[in-house]
Amino acid sequence: MKKLCVLIGLVLVFSLALNAVAPTFARAADETQKTDTVTSAKTSGAPASQPAAKAPAPKQVKADRTITVSMFLVIIGITLVVVMWAARRTKTVADFYAARSSITGTQNGWAIAGDYMSAASFLGIAGLISLYGYDGFMYSVGWLVAYVTVLLIVAEPCRNAGKYTMGDILSFRASPRPVRAAAAVSTVAVSTFYLTAQMVGAGKLMELLIGIPFKAAIVGVGALMIFYVVLGGMIATTWVQIIKAGLLMSGALLLCILVASKSGFNPIRFFSDVAHNPQIKDWVQLSLLKDAIAKPGFDYGQRFLEPGLLLKNVWDQISLGMALVLGTAGMPHILMRFFTVPTAQEARKSVIIAMFIIGAFYILTTLLGFGSAIHVSPQAISAVDKGGNMANLLLAQTLGNEIAPFVGDLFLAFLCAVAFATILAVVSGLVLASSAAISHDIYVNIIKKGVARQDEQVRAARITSFVVGAMAVLIGILAERQNVAHLVALAFAVASAGNLPVVVLSLFWRKMNTAGIVSGLVIGTVFSIGLVLVSPNMVYPKLVAADAKKIVDTLEKKQAGLTAKEQVTLAKAKETYEANKNGTSLVGLSAPLFPLKNPGILCIPLGFLAAILGSLLFRSRKEEDAFDEVYVRQNTGIGVADAIQH
Amino acid sequence: MEAARKIETDRTSDSRTWADVAANPKFVELHRRKAYFLFGWWAFSTVYYFLLPILAGALPGVFGIKVFGCINLGYLFALSQFFVSWALAVYYAIWANRVSDRLTQELLRELGYR
Repeated sequence: MKKLCVLIGLVLVFSLALNAVAPTFARAADETQKTDTVTSAKTSGAPASQPAAKAPAPKQVKADRTITVSMFLVIIGITLVVVMWAARRTKTVADFYAARSSITGTQNGWAIAGDYMSAASFLGIAGLISLYGYDGFMYSVGWLVAYVTVLLIVAEPCRNAGKYTMGDILSFRASPRPVRAAAAVSTVAVSTFYLTAQMVGAGKLMELLIGIPFKAAIVGVGALMIFYVVLGGMIATTWVQIIKAGLLMSGALLLCILVASKSGFNPIRFFSDVAHNPQIKDWVQLSLLKDAIAKPGFDYGQRFLEPGLLLKNVWDQISLGMALVLGTAGMPHILMRFFTVPTAQEARKSVIIAMFIIGAFYILTTLLGFGSAIHVSPQAISAVDKGGNMANLLLAQTLGNEIAPFVGDLFLAFLCAVAFATILAVVSGLVLASSAAISHDIYVNIIKKGVARQDEQVRAARITSFVVGAMAVLIGILAERQNVAHLVALAFAVASAGNLPVVVLSLFWRKMNTAGIVSGLVIGTVFSIGLVLVSPNMVYPKLVAADAKKIVDTLEKKQAGLTAKEQVTLAKAKETYEANKNGTSLVGLSAPLFPLKNPGILCIPLGFLAAILGSLLFRSRKEEDAFDEVYVRQNTGIGVADAIQH
Repeated sequence: MEAARKIETDRTSDSRTWADVAANPKFVELHRRKAYFLFGWWAFSTVYYFLLPILAGALPGVFGIKVFGCINLGYLFALSQFFVSWALAVYYAIWANRVSDRLTQELLRELGYR
């Protein structure tokens, strides 16, 4: 009966959301088309005055409304069928959190890939490559290498020692209440940071792609995500992630084949196309290296394939690398995936499969990034979106249009749908992880002291999922105008400095105990957040003002020959300067205290130190004696079947 | 199954049975070989990965050396990271089948689990 009420309620919320979206959506799309016809009319008249320019580069991403909406509806339809099927199979807590540990290694491998590869990987990294060349590729490497840690250190022990949450692993031999409370807080913190970044990204993306207003997009994505998780729990989430990974890989592969065919499927010719592209040469010379006059003999095209155009601070890269390599293995939504398989062997197999999928995806991403630099040009990509996020979509549109306008529309719509499915899969996994921490660790094990009926537990899980999802929508809407880029860095910092040290030490170090876990989690988390708050990720109005002042000074010096455009820039810079000259950052600073964007290099050792010192200061004989049990279990899997049946 | 039940029931009251398993020569060997393999290869992979940003910062000239047409050493090195990670994953799967899974099976059989 309760279930029925929840269902009806959700359907209502969902249909309301759709109603809210549909009319505005249609209007926005109409406007998009109108402005586009205007721009295309302009450009079609222009070529005479710019004989050097090639075919006019697309000025914006224009997705065909009917095709895109149908694609979205197909994806929503398929996932809803999966969710209804999963809902009928979700009866116990083990179903809800861990899909009854009935997922196979292969399925879980695809689901891990689907859980991990966000819209930022799909759109963002290709964008970075299209704008900064080699450095974008170098940036993508760490996201795969991170899985070596997952494979060798955490996947199998976590399967053997855990049940539903990170709190389960940590409280194996420690005092359950303080440990679960600390683990739940850090899980919710990591998931909230990551989720907020994803939600705001989703809103902006949908706004940019198909002209749905920001708030409506977030409500729509949020309603679907809540629907999936509340009804279908882990089973539905897993299958949504598998479907998404399949769509993402086929989209990337298809686009890659088109790109490769342009260079005759010859990698050497492909890279020579990059290095000899005149627009890329101009871009590197004028926009990246800022050489107003080309240095004689300098190969600006080849420079695009060399490091140093984006990532200039080696320490920052090392710090980011540490956060990735150790943070991925401390992400609660990734750890949770290992509870869905029955044995350590399946957990191992799933990571290996995920590594092949994720690695192949990033290699394809290189081709897409360089491909869009060749076929769309970095100038056009950065004109549509400064961060390059539209590179893949512009590429699909351009290459598709060369075959036939209809193919271009179809292709673009397909990729928009892939981006949409990507967002849904990632946010569902995050909502599930944080609601498991709240309902399983806090409600069932702390408040109810571990005594709760199955149906009570499932109901608590569903209610918390709903609340977490609704909060995510709310936070996403509130954060519309905030800078959320640092939130992903923050999530990885907390996961690597707070979660990973205590998980690894609990599993492998005899002397680890309650005090160590709590101090490691608290100090690791607090320090990561603190360091990010005083890092260059935040906005420092005084620095913004200083930059504006520089522009004002240079422009005012050459008073005489200011073009109309430069005068506008001057006025804008003056305005920016006035608005920011007396401001301070969120925590009241005029300049960053910590020089790096990623705090990993400092906060990871601190997290380990806090966990080790905490344990050594407050030794616990009882917990040290229990180490044999943890160690035997995590190595052999004795008792796993038993834990699964509970 | 008898041994399993014994351990399960004794779990809260007495950990001596777990200590016995932990002291079993088969378990000691399993744990020693796993520790060497896992932490050793993890350290290798981590060092290899950090060479990428460090060398890119320290020796950008070397990264720019062309190897095949316009494809340079830097690109090949970054690409090799993927293949090294994959190779390590496959090698681990083979090793685990041959060594750790086998030792685990033997241990479990000796303890009377299966």
